[in-house]
Amino acid sequence: MLRILRQIFSTGIVTEPLSPAEESRITVTGALLEKKIERRFQRSVAIRFVDAGSCNACELEAHAANNPFYNSERFGIHFTASPRFADILLVTGPVSINMETALKRTYNAMPGPKLVVAIGDCGRDGGVFGCGYASAGGVGNVIPVDVYVTGCPPAPSQIIHGILRAVSPARKTGDGPGF
Amino acid sequence: MMNWPKEIIASSIGNDNLRELARCGGVTAAYGVPREFFAMAAKALKGAGQPGGLAGQLAVLDGWRLAAEWATDETPFGRGFAVFAAYNSGTEYVIVKSDLPQDDPSFPSLAGIFTPALRFERQIQSLMGVSPEAHPDLRPWIKHEDWPWDVYPLRKSFDGKTPLKKVPGGDYPWARADGEGVYEIPVGPVHAGIIEPGHFRFQAVGEDIINLEEKLGYVHKGIEKRFESLGWIFGARLAARVSGDSTVAHSIAFSMAVEAASMVAPAQRALWMRAVMLERERIANHLGDIGAICNDTAFAFLHHQFSILREKVLRANQRFFGHRLMMDRVLPGGAAVDMDKDASEEMLKEIVWLSKEFEKLVVIYEDNPSLEDRVWGAGVLSPSVAKELGTVGFVARASGQALDARVQNPFAPYDRIVPKVPVLTSGDVHARAWVRVEEVRESMRLIREMLQDIPRGRLCVPCPAPRPGAEGFSAVEGWRGEIIYWVQAGPLSSTAGPLSSTDAGINRCMVRDPSSVNWLALEEAILGNIVPDFPLCNKSFNQSYSGHDL
Repeated sequence: MLRILRQIFSTGIVTEPLSPAEESRITVTGALLEKKIERRFQRSVAIRFVDAGSCNACELEAHAANNPFYNSERFGIHFTASPRFADILLVTGPVSINMETALKRTYNAMPGPKLVVAIGDCGRDGGVFGCGYASAGGVGNVIPVDVYVTGCPPAPSQIIHGILRAVSPARKTGDGPGF
Repeated sequence: MMNWPKEIIASSIGNDNLRELARCGGVTAAYGVPREFFAMAAKALKGAGQPGGLAGQLAVLDGWRLAAEWATDETPFGRGFAVFAAYNSGTEYVIVKSDLPQDDPSFPSLAGIFTPALRFERQIQSLMGVSPEAHPDLRPWIKHEDWPWDVYPLRKSFDGKTPLKKVPGGDYPWARADGEGVYEIPVGPVHAGIIEPGHFRFQAVGEDIINLEEKLGYVHKGIEKRFESLGWIFGARLAARVSGDSTVAHSIAFSMAVEAASMVAPAQRALWMRAVMLERERIANHLGDIGAICNDTAFAFLHHQFSILREKVLRANQRFFGHRLMMDRVLPGGAAVDMDKDASEEMLKEIVWLSKEFEKLVVIYEDNPSLEDRVWGAGVLSPSVAKELGTVGFVARASGQALDARVQNPFAPYDRIVPKVPVLTSGDVHARAWVRVEEVRESMRLIREMLQDIPRGRLCVPCPAPRPGAEGFSAVEGWRGEIIYWVQAGPLSSTAGPLSSTDAGINRCMVRDPSSVNWLALEEAILGNIVPDFPLCNKSFNQSYSGHDL
C-alpha cells in the first residue's frame, strides 16, 4: 500500500503539459468544449463507440484520449456502454459489409437528436481499403455523418477536437442531422 | 541435415511422389506432392522429430508444427487451383504444395492431424471454394450466412470491386447445450468498450462457462483480395493496416516476403532500424495490455500508471520516427526513417528512464494480493492444449511452448543479438501477463544493444517487382506472435500495380496473423471459468479481430 501511495504522489498529475502547439490546441479546444457541453448537454456528453471495420489503430488513439494525459473526461466527455443514452456516435473504419447491419442498428437505437463523428481516413472514404465486395467504404455511405476527423490514425487531441466540432453546429462538415 | 524434411515426407509417400519446387524464397525448402498425398505428408511431418544435438544424433523432440494453410487460384498461369501448407520445426520452415484441377478443387483435409487446420480450411472453403475432404465442420467462416454460399471472393473470376449482394434468411448453426439450468449469453458484435467487433456465444450453468463459441469475420474488409489490385508498392501501405497495433511487424513481414520473392537483400542499416521499431512496438503494446489486464480486475491505479508509460513511448515514437504507431516506416528494400547519433542517445536515455519506472510498477503488480487473487489460476491454457492448437506468441510461451520467430527465423540483428525467450508453464492470466513483463525487459535490453552498433550505410536499396511466378515467404515475431506472409507474383499479363505496369502484379498475398491460431485457444482456456472473468481472460489473450478477419 505504501508503494502505491508513494507512486501516486510521485507521479502527481500528468494531465498536460503537452508540446506547446498541442497544449494550446488541447486547452483551447478543451475550454471551448467544456463550455459547449455545459450549455447544450447539461455538462455531460455521452458517446457510444462502434468499430465498423477499422484496423484497430483508431481504437488505440481513442483509448489514448481517455488516458491521464488527455483525460477527455474532464471536459464532460464520457464513453457509454449502451447506445440508448448516447448523444454522439463515434465510428471508426471503413464500414465492412459484415458490420453494416450492426452499425445501422446501433445508430437507430440512439435517441434523437444525435450526432455522428467518423474517425480516421477510412471513416471518410474507406481509406486504403476502399470500396469493394466486403467494404462499403466511408461511414457516410451507411449512416449520416456530422463531422469527419481525418488522420491515419488521428492523434488523441484531434479526436477530442472532432468532438468539439460536432457539438459546435457552425463547424459541421458532413450531412448528418446535427443538433 | 537440409534434407531432413524431404526424407521425412519421402519415407511416407515415396521419393517418386515428391518434387522440389525452386521458386519460393524465404523458406528452407518447398515441395510439390500429388494431392492424394497432401495429408500423408502432414502426418509424416507431425510424427517426425527434429535432429537435435550432434549431427547424426537423431533425438526425436517434437513433431513439425502446421504454421499456415492456404489456397491459390493459379488459373492466370493456365493451371487450376493449389493448396499449400507451411510447417515449422526449430529454425526451418517448409512448404508443401498440391496442385488441384480447376473442375474439382478438393484435397484431403488436415483437420484430423493438425487442429489449427479446422479454421484454416473453413476459411479456404469459404473464400476460395477449394474443398477439404472429410473436414468435420464446413460452416462458413468469415463469410457470414447472409452471403451467397457459392460466391468465392478470392477466385480470379470474382470481381472484388463491386459490393456483394446479400441473401437474407441464412442461418448459422451454433453449438447448443441443453439441460436444466443451462442458459446462453450472446455477446456482440458491438461490445461495451472501445474495442473491435466480434460475436461470442456462451453456454453457462450458474456462473460457470461450459462452452464458448466465437464467430468472427465482422471486420472482414477483403484485404487479401485488395492486395491483388493494389500491387507491390501500395500493398506495403495495406500491410501496415492489416492490424493497426502491429503495423511495424506486418510491414516487416510483407517487405521480407516481397524481398524473398524478388531475391533482394535489404539494406543492412534498415534491418536494424526495423528491429528497433519492432521492439518499440512490442514495448508499447505490452505496457498498454498489462495495464488493461489490471484494469479488468478493477485495479485502475496500475492501468493509469501503465497508460502513462505507453503514452510516453508513443510520443517518443512521434519524435524519433514521425508517427506515434510508426506506420509506413518499413518498405520493401529498406526503411523510410533513419536516426542520427543524437536521436540514438536520446532513445538510450529514454529506455533507462522507462526501465526504472516500469520496475516500480512491476513491484506493485507483484505485491498486490487482490490482483493475485484474480489473475492466478484464471483462464488456464495447459501446455498440451497449447501445443495441440498450434498457438504462437506470448500465448504459447505462457503455456510452455518455446516459440519465437525472432529465434526461429531471425533477420539481422537478431542473429547476433539473440533474444532470450521467457517460457512459463502455468498458462493462466498471470502467466500471459508475466511473459509480457519479461518481454518488455528483454526488448529494452535488445534496443540498448542494437543502438550500440547500428551499421552505417544506406537505408534502402531498390526492390524491383518479383519475376513472374516468383513466390516469397516470411515469418516475423510481432508482439502478438509469429506473423506469416506468402506472396506470389502473377504472370506478366495479370493486373499490375499502377506504378509497375510492365511487371508482374500480385497473384496472391496470404496473411496469417497470430490471431488466426490463437483465437481458438481462448475457447479452450475459458472453459470452467466464470462468466464475469471472461473480459479478464479475453484481455490476457488480446487477439486481433482485424488481423484475423482480414
